[in-house]
Amino acid sequence: MTTATHRTDSGGTSPGLFDDPARVARGLGWFSIGLGLAEIAAPRGLARMIGVDDDDDNRTTLFALGLREIASGVGVLARPRSPVPMWARLGGDVMDLALLGRALRSDASQTGRVTAATAAVVGVTVLDALTAQQLHGESRAGTGNGRRRGEVQVSRAITVNRPRAEVYGFWRDLENLPRFMEHLESVRVLGQKRSHWKARAPAGTTVEWDAETIDERPNELIAWRSLPGADVTNAGNVRFADAPAGGTEVLVQLSYEPPGGKLAATLAKLFGEEPSLQLSGDLRRFKQVMELGEVIRSDATVTRGPHPARPPELDEIPDDDSSAAREEALEGATR
Amino acid sequence: MKAVCWEGRKNVRVEEVPDPKILNTRDVILRVTSTAICGSDLHLYNGFIPTMKRGDIVGHEFMGEVMEAGPAVRNLKVGDRVVVPFPIACGECAMCRQDLFSVCENSNPNGWMAEKLWGHSPAGIFGYSHLLGGFAGGQAEYVRVPFADVGPLKVPAGMPDEQALFLSDIFPTGYMGADMCGIKPGDVIAVWGAGPVGLFAMASAYLLGAERVIAIDRFPYRLQLARERARVWETINYEETDVLDRLNELTGGRGPDACIDAVGMEAHGPAAMYAYDRAKQALMLETDRPLALREAIQACRNGGTVSVIGVYGGFIDKFPMGSLMNRSLTIRTGQCHVQRYMRPLLERIQRGEIDPSFVITHRMRLEDAPRGYDMFLHKRDNCEKVVLST
Repeated sequence: MTTATHRTDSGGTSPGLFDDPARVARGLGWFSIGLGLAEIAAPRGLARMIGVDDDDDNRTTLFALGLREIASGVGVLARPRSPVPMWARLGGDVMDLALLGRALRSDASQTGRVTAATAAVVGVTVLDALTAQQLHGESRAGTGNGRRRGEVQVSRAITVNRPRAEVYGFWRDLENLPRFMEHLESVRVLGQKRSHWKARAPAGTTVEWDAETIDERPNELIAWRSLPGADVTNAGNVRFADAPAGGTEVLVQLSYEPPGGKLAATLAKLFGEEPSLQLSGDLRRFKQVMELGEVIRSDATVTRGPHPARPPELDEIPDDDSSAAREEALEGATR
Repeated sequence: MKAVCWEGRKNVRVEEVPDPKILNTRDVILRVTSTAICGSDLHLYNGFIPTMKRGDIVGHEFMGEVMEAGPAVRNLKVGDRVVVPFPIACGECAMCRQDLFSVCENSNPNGWMAEKLWGHSPAGIFGYSHLLGGFAGGQAEYVRVPFADVGPLKVPAGMPDEQALFLSDIFPTGYMGADMCGIKPGDVIAVWGAGPVGLFAMASAYLLGAERVIAIDRFPYRLQLARERARVWETINYEETDVLDRLNELTGGRGPDACIDAVGMEAHGPAAMYAYDRAKQALMLETDRPLALREAIQACRNGGTVSVIGVYGGFIDKFPMGSLMNRSLTIRTGQCHVQRYMRPLLERIQRGEIDPSFVITHRMRLEDAPRGYDMFLHKRDNCEKVVLST
């Protein structure tokens, strides 16, 4: 079997000063922690290096700045994709520049060294500002891959040992999808491009939505998205290509915004509703339906929920669409 | 019906469970007449195979009589006597079409579990964990057999169960072990493990034209079986003799042309190495103890083949990749593609070239399975193979 999970990490970002601002942010975070540790552990040496007087006041100031620097570093490293800690860093830079400006006017300072230190901080300030701006831009436009907040994206591929037209034709009849997509209760075609979907959601609830087909290329691609008012906003596409050694490669990409957002999605994962595994299972069943004409059951998998590998009692077999389809298949004996 | 159920480590029980039902159109239900305990069942018994659930029916070596057939089964009818291959295979997917039945793409409904552990999923197997499908096994009065139009082989009238039963697994598995060696005239083959699969590998090596076969084990009674029943040329007891030194003496310093590992994940060996691997296994730092495999690789002659039919489950430590690479060795392995070998091997039995029942040492009732497992595990009473009848 050929299944694979594809990740789409980049693409769609406007070219900036840096390819990946989060990477720059991470570098700056580590730089902050190093500088902060130096300010706390060796305030005397640092004072000498930047050319300010090594008195109690300056040491106390450096200690405080060290704490701030470490906190800012940790903040950036914890959320390298968020512009917020970077804006906080920028505030710190402005404070540092103000302090250096005061030192520059002090008689106790060595002007040359303070000037050099100021130049260095100006450089860091510029870098912080650019990175913060770029991260800010990204967070407004979604992330680098155009993903909205709370959206779940999955993709899987499988090879089906049947001609492309046949595989495409089966999928194109959307009412076939519940035969292999475990969570779908039904799909009803409403018109040329519109359909109504009903699916089982975690905790025994049901969700429904209308969808429209937004792109369709015979034997190549079907793409759809939910219409406004959906219980679950979602979109997806499926691509069909000839496998080099015969058969058809099917690549499915799905995205949806789980009701309850990211938290609900995480909880669902904890209870075994992992979307990529779900899709993997759906595609395995799709292959079975295409190659064998039915979904293959074992004693443990014919029931819903965990079951030992022993024959189920008759009332343990769920009385739903899939078992109805099974009965039908058993009676019709079509292959 | 009564069935042998796994109830945790070193605990199998005969329980009353629901009768099997037709779940797919190509299923049949068999009334099991004979079934056997396999060495690989001991890996389940010892708790080394993940994703077992309490109450799972075990057993993958069985034969019986068709009681009921699904609507799409055209080759079998009620009353037919068949022996069933242990890997479940659809016969339609790209792998089955290439005779690679044990890696069928459609027969494991829990493929996602296997993908997590192994990258991709092999075929489902009867009574062998949820990772391999969650199919009820055949150590039971009745069993459901999927894809009955592909796997089960009709047993000729007059052939006793004991001659046909081992076509389900151990005879084809041993035969494939020898087949993968690419045996040529004059070849010397060494086989680690003189359990039932090892004995069939030895006998098959001769059937395929090997000149000399050497058996390696630690139980004198098993080495004696190898000498007397598989007619091996020489035996080595690894608890008494250094295996590599002895193999070099026996092969003019070349090493055997091919080495067969018929031991797998729960190997024993010299005390220090065994303790090392057993400790790592207990601490979950490795799942399998590859003592026999390491030795088979080191022993093999330059450019030779190491054929692995012993079962491995996960990860091993200290794999001698340098020996394998620098000496141009070939490793061949796989769960047996039983469907490929059943018919030709049945013909060999019919021609009298081999009588597979020679491995049987104990015959019991299905109800006695717990005693059979214990006896087989501890090699009590010179136990080699236990057959259960219903």
